[in-house]
Amino acid sequence: MKKLNYPFSPEAVRELKVGDMVLITGKLFTGRDAVHKYLHDGNKPPVNLKNQIIYHCGPVTLKDKKGKWTVTAAGPTTSIREEPYQWEVIKDYGIVGVIGKGGMGQKTLDACKEYGCVYFHAVGGAAQVLAEKIKSVDGLYLEEFGLPEAIWELSVEDFPVVVTMDAHGNSLHKDVEASSKEILKTVL
Amino acid sequence: MAKKIIKKKAALPKKTSKVKKTVKKLSLKDQTIESLVELIRVTSTVVPDDVFKTIAAAAKNEVKDTTADYAMGIIKNNIDLAKFKSQPLCQDTGTVIFYIYHPPGFHQTPFKEMIKKAVTLATKKGYLRQNSVNSLTGENAGTNLGEGHPSIHFYEQKGQEVSVKLMLKGGGCENVSAQYSLPDTGLSAGRDLEGVRKVIIDAVYKAQGKGCGPGALGVCVGGDRADSAYFAKKQLLRKLDDKNSNKDLDKLEKEIVETCNKLGIGPMGFGGKTTLLSCKITHANRVPASFFVSISYMCWAFRRQGVVLNKNSAIKKWLY
Ligand code: SF4
Repeated sequence: MKKLNYPFSPEAVRELKVGDMVLITGKLFTGRDAVHKYLHDGNKPPVNLKNQIIYHCGPVTLKDKKGKWTVTAAGPTTSIREEPYQWEVIKDYGIVGVIGKGGMGQKTLDACKEYGCVYFHAVGGAAQVLAEKIKSVDGLYLEEFGLPEAIWELSVEDFPVVVTMDAHGNSLHKDVEASSKEILKTVL
Repeated sequence: MAKKIIKKKAALPKKTSKVKKTVKKLSLKDQTIESLVELIRVTSTVVPDDVFKTIAAAAKNEVKDTTADYAMGIIKNNIDLAKFKSQPLCQDTGTVIFYIYHPPGFHQTPFKEMIKKAVTLATKKGYLRQNSVNSLTGENAGTNLGEGHPSIHFYEQKGQEVSVKLMLKGGGCENVSAQYSLPDTGLSAGRDLEGVRKVIIDAVYKAQGKGCGPGALGVCVGGDRADSAYFAKKQLLRKLDDKNSNKDLDKLEKEIVETCNKLGIGPMGFGGKTTLLSCKITHANRVPASFFVSISYMCWAFRRQGVVLNKNSAIKKWLY
């Protein structure tokens, strides 16, 4: 088990390798389809994303009477939808980590290598376990996209993920697909 | 009539006592709605026993300290936590599908209305996410009601009992579900059980970890495109530890699970021993010109439950 603590940096994530089980402590910014499209269209992000981690997640959130937000469910959403945009966001805004599920493609993998970023896979469907790791909601941006699509700034502690694409050009998704293909040939 | 509900074991003790204290009488309609909301709550927050046992056995089987072991550990914790907090297992609470088995002379239309009311209430209470989107306008009414939603199927049966089964079918796993048309030259899959075996394994390979595996399959051999997909999904209502009454299919079911678990795709596609939890297969007649095989993939967050209602529409028995 490895730990990745805030503040994050390209150097720190370059230390990580495919297959590493990592507990992240620090800040995460959620961002999914609307946010990626917005950035791709040339709009500046409302927060500085340099050396930050983006989480592909549309959280279920509740506001209490005092106006304080809590996150009640926060599992990852499918990342591949952001494949056309992710490399640009890595390049232009200097994010050093992407959390999601299902993995991403070659463009993202190349950008990870070039700029120092890794793809972390969270356990899909583990909405409750992951929500428990969120200690506070520190900000809400682009609320006009609707709450699940907005950018939520979250503080997390020991947020459990697995590195499935590292900053050295390796992808666990590619490896597992290739090895299972070999086995598939023998059983078909 | 006194309001009486048998709470699923999973319910928090505190909630049970709260229910017992209430003595206000409910109309048959209100009682039905209340029972349906409870069915939705339990389905969304607790995996059925047969599924839990299969997941627990699979978790034990993974090699310690691997990514597969890590993922299975998180899955198990999530199952415990969701039950304890009475919160949805996964934030995608899926397509809401009801299967109602009723006696002759039963009135379907008012029951449909009660189901819609229960779905609206369960959404308000947070057991279901606001998950239903108009396919043309993109609008989400926030109620989980709309064209075709919830999906409701009625079946007449002998006897006086009404039972209701519910499945919440996630989107990620629906996206990796598949339909093949045999023969499939690419896979050298012909129009026989060997061909069927090949396409099922191919579907699991293609899914990789994207359907939030380890998954469970419902399969239908034959039928037209629509019925085939419908019967395949309905196979997910079978308990994971049951036996197929057709010997050949029973054998094929076991063989598929065994073979798919050799693929090494593992939980979440991280690699590992458990790729598939179960496979359930049925068949339907086809016309000579077509031969479809439909595969419905269910994620580890396998949400299905069922209840038998008593004559006052309170929950008499849980089915899973
Ligand atoms: S596939 Fe299942 S576990 Fe995964 S996100 Fe969808 S509903 Fe949740």
